[in-house]
Amino acid sequence: MDAALIPDGLKRTSPVKFFLWTLPWLGLLAWGGLSALLCLLLGLNQTNMSNIFAFALWIVFDLAVIALGAGAFFTGFLTYIIGKKELKDIINATVIIGFICYSGAVAMLGIDIGQPIRGWFIFWHANIHSMLTEVSFCITAYLAVLGIEYLPIILENKKLQEIRDFRIFGHNLHHIMAVFAATGVFLSFFHQGSLGGMFGVMYARPFAARWEFYIWPTTFFLFVFSAIAAGPCFTILCTKLTEALSRKKLVPDGTIQLLAKISGWLLAGYMVLKIIDTLGWVHGIVPSAGLTFMDFFREGPYGAWLLGLEIIVCGIIPAIILITPQARQHQGLLIVACLLNCTGIVLNRFNFIILTLAIPVMPFARFWSYLPTWQEWGIAMAVVGYGMILFSASYRYLPLFPREKELNAAVN
Amino acid sequence: MMKQAEGKYKYGMVIDLDKCTGCGTCMVACASENNVSVRTDESDKERSIAWMQLFKITNGKPFPQTEVGYFPRPCMHCHHHTPCVSVCPPTATQMDYHTGIVSQIYTRCIGCRYCQAACPYHARYFNWYDGYAWIQPFPKGLERQLSPEISVRMRGVVEKCSFCHHRLMRARTRAYAEGRRELEEHEYITACAEACPTQAITFGDLNNPKHKVTRLSKSPYAFRLLEKLGTEPKVYYLSTRDWVRKMADNYRPDQLEPVGIRKT
Repeated sequence: MDAALIPDGLKRTSPVKFFLWTLPWLGLLAWGGLSALLCLLLGLNQTNMSNIFAFALWIVFDLAVIALGAGAFFTGFLTYIIGKKELKDIINATVIIGFICYSGAVAMLGIDIGQPIRGWFIFWHANIHSMLTEVSFCITAYLAVLGIEYLPIILENKKLQEIRDFRIFGHNLHHIMAVFAATGVFLSFFHQGSLGGMFGVMYARPFAARWEFYIWPTTFFLFVFSAIAAGPCFTILCTKLTEALSRKKLVPDGTIQLLAKISGWLLAGYMVLKIIDTLGWVHGIVPSAGLTFMDFFREGPYGAWLLGLEIIVCGIIPAIILITPQARQHQGLLIVACLLNCTGIVLNRFNFIILTLAIPVMPFARFWSYLPTWQEWGIAMAVVGYGMILFSASYRYLPLFPREKELNAAVN
Repeated sequence: MMKQAEGKYKYGMVIDLDKCTGCGTCMVACASENNVSVRTDESDKERSIAWMQLFKITNGKPFPQTEVGYFPRPCMHCHHHTPCVSVCPPTATQMDYHTGIVSQIYTRCIGCRYCQAACPYHARYFNWYDGYAWIQPFPKGLERQLSPEISVRMRGVVEKCSFCHHRLMRARTRAYAEGRRELEEHEYITACAEACPTQAITFGDLNNPKHKVTRLSKSPYAFRLLEKLGTEPKVYYLSTRDWVRKMADNYRPDQLEPVGIRKT
């Protein structure tokens, strides 16, 4: 039925099977659509957010997907600027993952703000001192860059290639892609950092506050570092999942191993800095606020174990696996390490957002609890559904993995 | 933040905790003065709006040594690197260096709530519900008690104590009409200060040595909330009770030297 759209020489499942595959994801989208409608019509009282938990599930999800989507700009940086040509085998997939993550995050933010119609005020009345202003500018600009990077991949579709102007336009876009990759790198380094800066600058919240280096708190650098350490691992996971579902080899092992190695060393470097930063914070900022580290965990279910889990289990362990060649060549261990790495970054964002807000600063303020409503989960899950559908459709109709034909011919 | 010259006025407040009985009149006066919205069911306190909030504290000792105190908490109008001001993306909140008052522009607020996350005093409140700014105010007829001097807030924006800024405007207008350029001390005070039956709240210009608030803020019994963080609140508290003063900030075990005068 849709054979005319499927790239030449590539085998894809039947349209019926593909449609059935999209059904659960369409279900998630419908759930998200209903949730979004309720939130936009009736307001944010549809959530369980409160004056204590001003940021909640959505912001955790936003920061998590933006960090995981960092594979796009960082792989672009390695491919076009550092010149790691073998990464061209995976760059298309990273661009699409990045596009999904960023567009999903922007859509969620549009619902998360109390007055979505005034969203443009950030640009019009911009407060240049706010980290969130910088984040908004860079994310919007980078989403546009990702759109431009996505465009030539779409134009490679068999049917679109038949149109001469599209073919020439797509070809020319390919030639100047390095410019956009460089722009993307510049924008991404800043907004990944500013997302971390958002928390480090909250100097009146000792759990998040960090020292400032010039105008940037240490979290600025740590968030950039952690995003580029985890992003490539998320790309590996998405690729491996596509390979498992399509029962095909899509990316050469060398490319995956190179990404895993880079990710591993970055994670190791990040862990060293994170541990130094945490120790400095425990012995510097925390006592200067009149607190001890354990004071943060006097009430509620959260504890120091969350930081231990983040740094040791989801940081040091995957870093060791990924930097050891024998370990990362083992498929199972590679997947475990990637999963741990990605979990670590999500946990890091969770700790910075939820714990910061959950921990009362005034000695007489009490601890409040928070659990998301189905509407909040609906919107978060819609991003997953949207991502699955867009990635599946891109895989089906576009030559996403340039070596797919060659790799599978060799297998056959 | 750009360094700005110190303004002429610096309005602030001193709350005597030894005089506060916890009656809540300040909260009621504030809410009715500033058109703070109410819901039919206010049991979910995490979403209640109270520009002036009353926190109950106890010394934690068993009877008969038990003591109770109250912390009335308006917005602190932090003077140094105001945590909420520097983070607000659309510049919806500003500190006026001429008066020291931290404002909130409801029609510019986009409701991102970053200011709420940055404020350690929980002085900022989000409008989770429509409140008064709805076609049909609910319960019906409640709109008749609204003050025409204060704009009602729409759903999805953050609001907070303004030190009854409209009263400053009103006082200035009257003074200008009478050909004066300076206000008398009594001409501009907040609704909570005016309503407090025990006169625990004093309001005035902290830059004016003649104002009572300036004298009180320099009292040996004066302290501020979470002073270690360096936000420099313009709200001071007074208490001679050691345990009350200790409740105003976090102290590490090695910092627990007596800070008050009266040790109970």
